[in-house]
Amino acid sequence: MTPVTDTDPPLLFGVVVEEEVQFTLVELGRACRADGAQLAALVAEGVLTPSGVDEQDWQFDGTSLRRARSALRLAHDFDLSVANTAFVLDLLDQIEALQARLRQLGAPGR
Amino acid sequence: MEFKDYYATLGIEPAATQADVKRAYRKMARKYHPDVSKEPDAEARFKEITEANEALSDVEKRAAYDDVVERHKSGRGFNPPPGWDSGFEFSGGEAGGQTGQPDPSHSDFFEALFGRQAAGARGPRARANMAGGDHHAKVQIDLRDAYRGARRSVSMRAPQIDAQGLMSLHTRQLDVNIPKGLRGGQHLRLAGQGGPGVGGGPAGDLYLEIEFAPDPHFRVDGRDVYIDLPVAPWEAALGAQLDVLTPDGSVQMTVPAGSSPGRKLRLKGKGIPGATANVPAGDLYVVLSVSLPKADTAAAQDAYRAMAKAFADFQPRRSIEG
Repeated sequence: MTPVTDTDPPLLFGVVVEEEVQFTLVELGRACRADGAQLAALVAEGVLTPSGVDEQDWQFDGTSLRRARSALRLAHDFDLSVANTAFVLDLLDQIEALQARLRQLGAPGR
Repeated sequence: MEFKDYYATLGIEPAATQADVKRAYRKMARKYHPDVSKEPDAEARFKEITEANEALSDVEKRAAYDDVVERHKSGRGFNPPPGWDSGFEFSGGEAGGQTGQPDPSHSDFFEALFGRQAAGARGPRARANMAGGDHHAKVQIDLRDAYRGARRSVSMRAPQIDAQGLMSLHTRQLDVNIPKGLRGGQHLRLAGQGGPGVGGGPAGDLYLEIEFAPDPHFRVDGRDVYIDLPVAPWEAALGAQLDVLTPDGSVQMTVPAGSSPGRKLRLKGKGIPGATANVPAGDLYVVLSVSLPKADTAAAQDAYRAMAKAFADFQPRRSIEG
């Protein structure tokens, strides 16, 4: 393998996923490197909540990217079922809410 | 190349059983998993743990690794000689990322030992017109960058497959605009900057996950920003005009008379700005604390005694008295 380096790159402009992007099931699957069935299982368990009734009409908001990737990593790394993954994510949400409270109160070290 | 003691990483003895390896890995993974852990070095530790587990949980890899450990101990060095792996069979299972390419998160040591087998055995054959994969990377920004916007140079190292199917490691330097209003935990999507397509297929996208660098003064909650402001007892009691540090310079603020410690004063719109025009800026909350001057001189002690005399009726423990 020979390292190759480009020089003088142009300035790149991106879009803020959480505020400007909606994903279809296929797009979210590509962004998470997951297949549609894995994501559909997360929807069925309530981990992801797209708008639209049928799978082909599903629209996921930008925050789904972080949640889906987190769910897929946890499920893979700990051999979790979809139900267990949902449970872990709910507990993580609770921890995050408590930590937000601590930040507001001025807990040391945060 | 640094020698990796995978047994030490997992906190187990070389005589550990496969069940011991699994238990040790799971225990440490729960502690350091980046989605769960708040340890500052969680991500780096988790990578080490995962790599150690990849090497030791697979009996074929573990046997090969143990052989290298023996060489290392006997002073023969641990760089594997050419063809060293001929005595070991690798079934080429799921060895790394899901990309079918060498995982850049592996150490050089791991790649030297297992990289070649893993790279050869994995990955679908390239089809015509195949779109490139979406890639992910992390970028750290300062809180001030969220206020003002910034430019960040991002170095990306990724394997690339050429038309002949040969792989090379390619380093790209990306110059990225960090828009105002971008926050930690959010993602910036750069279209077409992911994996290259094959046979005329479109390139994938690059997702940059934004992370705020730790800040000694400010705490962030969504778009709202918090700072602790210590004031003197007389400033809290009598009110004061003070300069307050914000991530975007300092502003003048009035501390109202009769303020108690813990009082939150809101500076509307002085939090993180909205990323787009229709998103309002967050607020900056100044949380007051009261600093007491030391009574370490006779004059200071006299001042406290005068205060005690002036507030003879003050009952600080009224709330806990029966």
